Amino acid sequence: MKTSSTNERDTKNIPPTTYYQFLEISVRELLIEKGVLSDEDIRNAVKEMDSRGPELGAQVVARAWVDPQFKQSLLQDAPSAVKALGLEIGPVQLLVVENTPEVHNLIVCTLCSCYPRSLLGLPPDWYKSREYRSRAVREPRSVLLEFGTDISDEVEVRVHDSTADLRYLVLPQRPEGTGHLTEDELAALVKRDSMIGVTEVCFSAI
Amino acid sequence: MIPLFQTGNAVRVRKGSPPGHIRTPFYVRGCKGVIERVAGEYRNPEELAFGRFDTPVVPLYRVRFQQQEVWPDYQGSPQDSLDVEIFEFWLEPANPEKT
Repeated sequence: MKTSSTNERDTKNIPPTTYYQFLEISVRELLIEKGVLSDEDIRNAVKEMDSRGPELGAQVVARAWVDPQFKQSLLQDAPSAVKALGLEIGPVQLLVVENTPEVHNLIVCTLCSCYPRSLLGLPPDWYKSREYRSRAVREPRSVLLEFGTDISDEVEVRVHDSTADLRYLVLPQRPEGTGHLTEDELAALVKRDSMIGVTEVCFSAI
Repeated sequence: MIPLFQTGNAVRVRKGSPPGHIRTPFYVRGCKGVIERVAGEYRNPEELAFGRFDTPVVPLYRVRFQQQEVWPDYQGSPQDSLDVEIFEFWLEPANPEKT
């Protein structure tokens, strides 16, 4: 992920620093000044965060599609299953919810922006927006339609509000006609939004 | 701490408005739902927010609500649902027969 340097900030039309940005800078500088954290600690933490992206989640989804036993353990105990795949997610209480012909899952955090960062990286801006956070629980089907996702009335739309200690990842349905694809090819089909639940995974044979 | 509720129990979210850092969304307060699962034990965020790290852990649940229970004018399918993580001290038993 690209971060803008001070120079870029000066030359581009970036809005003035807000109250909370000043607050963050002040607290960060105080922590460094008092020796609680070092500059390097912060740089490393940012680097670590930036190194994670949706391709990690996609890898988990693709494995679940090809390996029923893995899928079962993923749904029962996601942290152990993901660890067995060689992915380090830290102490996150991950819960994987499966889309089926009967249930479509959608993830939101109405209180802030809780997100399965260890498997999807940083959340998109819309996920943190007041509009998404309030409307996803109030009118999920309208929100889904705006993402181009039309869920039949026969299917239950189940919204998960990450209000406390759990983090959620949606296991999307494997699209039809993908029986011949390898695990890596399947993973390439799985995009971030489908693991939040705002879209489904699409496949069109060439 | 032994959890007071088990999967399938009918519960109602307390209708309180205490001050401070509350992680029980306002929109489910007073609503009736069903325990989807016991989600473990965690420190109370309402205490942690004030730097009190030595308070006991409390059971956390995932509670499933029917959308029509939460939003009486809900536009969507009647079977649509909403799962929310709620700490035990925000819940009281509800008789599933009564509304």
